[in-house]
Amino acid sequence: MSKFGKKKKGMPAVNTAALPDIVFMLLFFFMVTTTMRETDLKLENPRLPNATEVKKLEHKSLVSTIYIGKSKDATRHGTGYNRIQLNDKIATAEDVPAFIINERSKVSEAEVPFMTTSIKADKESNVGTIIDIRLKLRDVNALKISYSASKGADN
Amino acid sequence: MARRENPEINAGSMADIAFLLLIFFLVTTTMNVDSGVSKKLSEKPPEDYVPPIIKEKNIFEVNINRDNDLLVEGERMDIKDLRETAIAFIDNGGGDGKIDEGVPTGPCNYCKGEKSISSSDHPNKAIISVQSDRGTEYGTYLKVQNELIRAYSVLRNRLSKERYGIPFPELEESYKDDRSNVSLKEKVEDIKRCYPEIISDAEPTSN
Repeated sequence: MSKFGKKKKGMPAVNTAALPDIVFMLLFFFMVTTTMRETDLKLENPRLPNATEVKKLEHKSLVSTIYIGKSKDATRHGTGYNRIQLNDKIATAEDVPAFIINERSKVSEAEVPFMTTSIKADKESNVGTIIDIRLKLRDVNALKISYSASKGADN
Repeated sequence: MARRENPEINAGSMADIAFLLLIFFLVTTTMNVDSGVSKKLSEKPPEDYVPPIIKEKNIFEVNINRDNDLLVEGERMDIKDLRETAIAFIDNGGGDGKIDEGVPTGPCNYCKGEKSISSSDHPNKAIISVQSDRGTEYGTYLKVQNELIRAYSVLRNRLSKERYGIPFPELEESYKDDRSNVSLKEKVEDIKRCYPEIISDAEPTSN
């Protein structure tokens, strides 16, 4: 019977209808975990020093970050590695207390003692700059600090 | 007349669009968690504060000059030898400990140092003082801090293994997971009390 003979025997196509679902799932995962950098760096990305005794910084909302490094705009700020960036502008050590107080106003009062200041400084910046900032931090009683470093063997 | 059926929308390229977005987020995502060397600053001393008199032998002086050279207890030293020297100093145990709330802590019975009389009395009296120049590179400064903290970790780790059979980081980790556990808390505090981390930053020199 020709009716049966005509039936083609081929590989059935793999059903890919669920593929978009899988991809969307992955997509949502990455969308949720992604954090966009909220401040754009006016400095060149600091080359962090290496250290072995590093601790992870928990509770991102309680961390205020101070960047120290070389300015991208060398004609305006020079080529030294000692420029300080607070929020999204270049500042001086004198502006640190105001910055900390501003950061504090963003969290509830009970959480203020747990706030940490993370200092992201370039390897080649000078200790003097760090110390100026540290003195200012001490003035406003922001005593928990973390010197940002990448974990790794020292070299 | 042929019946018109609603043609199905071709969803074949949806996967492509989703992939495109997926790749975009994959590339922009940064998973790295911020980490760093944590330190606690000392509070601002009151105006009329008189610093206590500390015996010379209980201070371990580290100086870093503007050329990033190290001077430890008056001698030049390479950064790789710093940890060993610091351990020897902290763990010396040459005398009695400080008087803690009226209770003398007595000699250090867990120290394995030389018990030399010219070095520190007790880990709770031993002070490491780091003095750097304003022109010192931050990288070197942090390396020194790291080595000193490491010296303390080595000692704490040793004591923790001796007393409780597990390394100190693990002990701390299990306490962090279970904050209500009183015995764990006591263990962690005991180790920290035995080797308190006393690293002070002296006023920097400027040329």
